[in-house]
Amino acid sequence: MNSLIEFLTFDDPGVRAVSLGAMLLGIGAAVVGCFTFLRKRALVGDAVAHAVLPGVCLAFILVDFMGSLGWTDISPKHPLALIVGAFVSSWISLRLIDYISFKSRIKEDTAIGLVLSVFFGIGILLLTLIQHGSSAEKAGLNSILFGRIAALTAGDVLLFGAVATVLVFITLMLYKEFQLMSFDEEFAAVTGLPVRRLELTLTTLTVLAVIVAIQAVGVVMTAAILITPPAAARYWTERLPVMILLAALFGALAGLTGAYASFAAPRAPTGPWIVIVLTGFAILSVLFAPRRGALARQLRQRRNAGRIRHENILKALFHLGEQDDDFYAARSSDDILARRPMDGTVLRRGLEQLRRHGYVRREGAAWALTAEGRMRGARITRLHRLWEVYLTQYVGIAPDHVHDDAETIEHILTPELEHELEALLDHPQIDPHARVIPQKHG
Amino acid sequence: MNVAVDNPALEIHDLTISYNRRPVLWDVDLTIPEGAIVGVIGPNGAGKTTLIKAVMGLVPAGSGYVQIYGRPLDEVRERISYVPQRESVDWDFPASARDVVLMGRYGKLGLFRRPRRADRDKADECLHRVGIEHLGDRQISQLSGGQQQRVFLARALAQDADFYIMDEPFTGVDAATEAAIVEILRGMRARGRTILAVHHDLQSALDYFDWVVLLNMRLVASGPADKVFTAELLQKTYGGKLTLLSKVGNLLQKEEFPTRET
Amino acid sequence: MNDFWIILIGVLVAATCGLLGSYLILRRMAMVGDAIAHAVLPGIVIAFMISESRDSIPMLLGAAAVGLLTTFLIETLHRRGMLQIDASIGLTYTSLFALGVILASAFAGDVDLDLDCILYGEIALAPLYTLDIGGVDMGPRAVWIVGGALILVLSFIFLGYKELYITTFDPAYAAIIGVSVSLWHYLLMGAVSLTTVAAFESVGAILVVAFLIAPPAAAYLLTDNFKHMLLLTVLLGSLAVVGGYYLAAWLDASIAGAMALCMGLVFCAAFGLYRRRLHIASKSLTDQQLAARG
Repeated sequence: MNSLIEFLTFDDPGVRAVSLGAMLLGIGAAVVGCFTFLRKRALVGDAVAHAVLPGVCLAFILVDFMGSLGWTDISPKHPLALIVGAFVSSWISLRLIDYISFKSRIKEDTAIGLVLSVFFGIGILLLTLIQHGSSAEKAGLNSILFGRIAALTAGDVLLFGAVATVLVFITLMLYKEFQLMSFDEEFAAVTGLPVRRLELTLTTLTVLAVIVAIQAVGVVMTAAILITPPAAARYWTERLPVMILLAALFGALAGLTGAYASFAAPRAPTGPWIVIVLTGFAILSVLFAPRRGALARQLRQRRNAGRIRHENILKALFHLGEQDDDFYAARSSDDILARRPMDGTVLRRGLEQLRRHGYVRREGAAWALTAEGRMRGARITRLHRLWEVYLTQYVGIAPDHVHDDAETIEHILTPELEHELEALLDHPQIDPHARVIPQKHG
Repeated sequence: MNVAVDNPALEIHDLTISYNRRPVLWDVDLTIPEGAIVGVIGPNGAGKTTLIKAVMGLVPAGSGYVQIYGRPLDEVRERISYVPQRESVDWDFPASARDVVLMGRYGKLGLFRRPRRADRDKADECLHRVGIEHLGDRQISQLSGGQQQRVFLARALAQDADFYIMDEPFTGVDAATEAAIVEILRGMRARGRTILAVHHDLQSALDYFDWVVLLNMRLVASGPADKVFTAELLQKTYGGKLTLLSKVGNLLQKEEFPTRET
Repeated sequence: MNDFWIILIGVLVAATCGLLGSYLILRRMAMVGDAIAHAVLPGIVIAFMISESRDSIPMLLGAAAVGLLTTFLIETLHRRGMLQIDASIGLTYTSLFALGVILASAFAGDVDLDLDCILYGEIALAPLYTLDIGGVDMGPRAVWIVGGALILVLSFIFLGYKELYITTFDPAYAAIIGVSVSLWHYLLMGAVSLTTVAAFESVGAILVVAFLIAPPAAAYLLTDNFKHMLLLTVLLGSLAVVGGYYLAAWLDASIAGAMALCMGLVFCAAFGLYRRRLHIASKSLTDQQLAARG
């Protein structure tokens, strides 16, 4: 706990730099990841991340070799060297995936899995070669597997942070084009956008985002920092700008988590903690997001069911009124149940709720409609019968088959649709079963 | 127009089918006679494929029921066969034409039993019946579109079913194959089989089908082909969508309403 | 003797994974296999923690259940959570893998399992852990475990050949004739999980994925007959195992990595042959057309 407080004061300039860098890195990956996600290329991002490993190792070996010949004195672990190596091998892996799936019967998912595992295997091979070799700087290279922010110097972090900033900047510059492309590639091409070049740009950005993100999350779990923030953000909004903003926020918080993890336990990998935090955001979103979330959907369905129950009771009372030509007389529960069978407790509870809303009155053990209740019952009955007319006249369904359908639709028709329906049917008076359709102001 | 028959091969009763809570077919109610070649006809997006998938139990019915030979699907599965759309499978699959036809015997073999000599003979016989006995060993990707369709038909024949459901059997095949398939279907009809085929070409429909089901989000007509093919009914089928019905469908999906009260 | 055991274990893993992988790639589920191979990690760590040993069969089964859970989670997120399938796969496996890494590093002291070997296994050490029944040395434990998995997979494929074949090629048709598509789907995924767990500690996650995908992909390019494809998968996988072993010995590097590299080379060779065959076929076709015209 103390370490958390100490961390959150940001007193230590090292902590400040690492935190800032890690947040930028999370934001960069998440923003680019939004388009990867929308283009349904999440697993390609995964392959790119795995393919980084051999490139990094080769770059290390090459620079180390050049150093041993005395051609250069930069460290084989210099971030620029590693970025270049990573970039080249990820690019090759992407081209290979496309090539294999275009030029043979191999499907894309197989090509992705193939390239991913073989490249990674080669990376592991090179990594062990380096570790068994004689280079003085070989220690710490394998932190790239699971991510270890603590292994980076403050300078490294700022460099990666800067790359991430540039990524976000470019993505926002090309926002309009990327949006169109993710939405409808063919249409984008027809409107004259240079789709091919944009795709190349987006791929380049993705590769760079992956390389940057790997520092924090590691090779194996990079897909998470690229994809999970947009996936979580998608649940909260239907609008792309909001989604990007939210994804960036999730990414930033995950980056901060990584910085804290590396502060609290410098020797442990940071990747898994970042992924767990991101997964937490995703689970919260899946469950609790306002429209698309599971809880909201459950509530909506329950509300619908409640409304249907209430309206059915009002309708039953209204039908009894029609029958006796007296809408305001009190009726016992048994009368209502005889008209519309349902569970007795459900009916009692429903009536009680309707009373609170002013639709029915209680008279001893019996219940009577109020004026408002009668209006509502009349509306439901009207919608039911209008829909029956519509089904018989326009959809061509036999009169003895329209009732069940109308039982649902009566509850959902909006006033606009009601209006449209009445106009279309030319204000009918009688339903297919020769019953009078109650009028709006009758 | 909805002509009802006694002892129907297929009875669909008040069937409503939804995808993601959005009804795509409303209250379909029809019967079709035994021993007929029946065409299901309507514009794109009318719900033709949905209807036959519901008949086979591949998509759940929101309401209503389907009976084949007066029984629920699960009791008559053995008597039903299916010829899917050609695009529905991956033709790069490592299988020969005979392998695919042999699949028609799997249902009868049951669990753990391998195909025997008799099953292989049956497969060869069916390849012969569709006129591609010489292609039995060929890999399925090396067959033309028409030949692939014949392989699917042979597989259905190998099943020895009574009720055949076909999704666009004439799409993307050459004229010779089309004629051959029609010939085979007529032969099947002569032996009392019933065929239900989705079809989109109005020109040929009158020639091919005894009975026609016109569909567009709802049943427009079901009856003998010559009676159903009227300008009025066709206009109703192809004359655009019922906008109100679509709007209500969208609303049901958006509000996550149940299709039927429970 | 060690060489022999390592190669034998490798061949057993290659055969088991390759057989199942053939179905995965034809069902376009290669990446689900990849996900399972990563996601069983927490199951394995927990199994080790509870049993404090590596031998318990119930624990292996428990870990395999996590693999099955992965499939279930991916599908639930996709269908009920309305998340697109690629993101659903990525999210599920990274989360479970992260959980596994955390558990492994938290209990690294208690459990004989380190982070690197999660990824590239310890096939070089596998012959050292021997199975000992009543004081009799029965050879490396991994041979028995992976061998057991292979026997299970072989009998699964032998008994369910028809059903696996038809649900892979045409699931809709399979459903019509009364073959339960989801039953065979989950049986297959269960087999993949079990195999992954059995192979995991000896060869590591990454080699499992390579074995699941690369040999079947290569075999798929070389033959049009499914039974031949199964056979060829086993052969090509074994070839890569042998090549990889000696390459690693020569380079003094990771055996798993070298085997993955060899698998890549095998695939490249198969790809070359395939393209050549296509080229010849298309050439002879144009020749025929020319002849017909002339």
